[in-house]
Amino acid sequence: MKDSYDVIIVGGGPAGTTAARHAAMGGAKVLVLEKDREIGVPVRCGEAVDHEGLAPFIQPDKKFIASEIRSFKLIAPDGTVVKPNIEGLGYVLDRKVFDYELARIAADEGAEIVTKAYVDGVEKRDGTVTGVTVQYQGNRLKLRSKIVIGADGVESRVGRWAGIDTTVSMHDMESAAQVTAANIDVEQDTCCFYFGERYAPGGYLWVFPKGNKTANVGLAVAADRSKQKHALKFLEEFMEEMYPNAAVLTKLAGGVPCAETLEKITMPGLMLVGDAAHQVNPVSGGGIISGMIAGKIAGSVAAEVARSNDMNLLGRYEKEWRDSLGIRHHRYYGIKKVIYKFRDSELNSIAAEISKLPEKDQTLGALFKQAVVKHPLLILDVMKLFFA
Amino acid sequence: MIEIHEEKCDLCGCCVGVCPENCIDMTESRISIVDAICTSCRKCEWACPFEVFKFKNDKVRLKATA
Repeated sequence: MKDSYDVIIVGGGPAGTTAARHAAMGGAKVLVLEKDREIGVPVRCGEAVDHEGLAPFIQPDKKFIASEIRSFKLIAPDGTVVKPNIEGLGYVLDRKVFDYELARIAADEGAEIVTKAYVDGVEKRDGTVTGVTVQYQGNRLKLRSKIVIGADGVESRVGRWAGIDTTVSMHDMESAAQVTAANIDVEQDTCCFYFGERYAPGGYLWVFPKGNKTANVGLAVAADRSKQKHALKFLEEFMEEMYPNAAVLTKLAGGVPCAETLEKITMPGLMLVGDAAHQVNPVSGGGIISGMIAGKIAGSVAAEVARSNDMNLLGRYEKEWRDSLGIRHHRYYGIKKVIYKFRDSELNSIAAEISKLPEKDQTLGALFKQAVVKHPLLILDVMKLFFA
Repeated sequence: MIEIHEEKCDLCGCCVGVCPENCIDMTESRISIVDAICTSCRKCEWACPFEVFKFKNDKVRLKATA
């Protein structure tokens, strides 16, 4: 580790290492600081992605793909199953191997990666972020950089230290728990989603297969609706009811910022990417692909800033993010607010109507149409989103 | 006052994300709360997936203004 870099990235998840890869490709001297002892561990993720999203970043490879997904099941509170007709391919990843691969690719491009390096503050001068302070092997070091990229996940402390309010509101934070379970019978090519108050108020429960009779079984509940009963309790009850003979191989907690992108994701000397910038799909809670998309833009722009010393270029990251995914997330956020108003009885009747249709007509579009019938205000909300 | 059951904590950062006062410190091995800044808003307690936090009483402490 040297004492000065062009770009210092805090956090070695997919957003951070993708930023590192693209900053290094742009010719910058790059350092990634990861607080844990190993890249990719612990995994805090349902691990599902779609092929279309993944392929531009990394060739899908058996070594980090646990299962291939070809169908979805949506399960209403009363047990009615809707199997929407979905074209395309998805994967459940093995994130430990996947994150490792992304870091390796960044390293191949010349990025330096240091683990067990705990960043505890940012350095600022005249309103510009000029580096970080890091605890490493018993020493506290000051490292200088032209750009710091905060890829530090849902905690998003780098942004806070610099002066950006990154707090997630209680109705946007999804409080999550997940087990990876063995000895359970699940269809290995199907992702299941359970909806309703009994499973996950203000969120959903997922069962994502990981091969050899294992699966990620997890759920997320809106933080403002879990005061009486916490995520883990919901999950334990589900496991007891559905998979009493399962063995739990890992159990983990998580927080997912299902919000709109932060209004401010840059300041002089600083960019935020991934969960730290609230760049999560607000409906699905998915953040791997969107974090990588943001990381790619941020990394390329950081390299240009390092070359030109022109902080005005940071605006390009903001703009490119908003044009690519930010606007879409804004719309999804409006839809999420409506979906979360549905009562269990409404979800049941939507599912009942859809399941009467021939299987080929059970599309997401049909689902949406039924949702509009049950909740006419939805169409107003959606129109507002698209025409505002 | 707040009690932290560290043995239950998975270090996921959910509490840090919702803390409006930025008073939860988290390293790779433990969390702690800076009592002097904490206003006992209880958001960390409610957001935590694993019930790590327990508030002893419901009295909300207002931030010192003087």
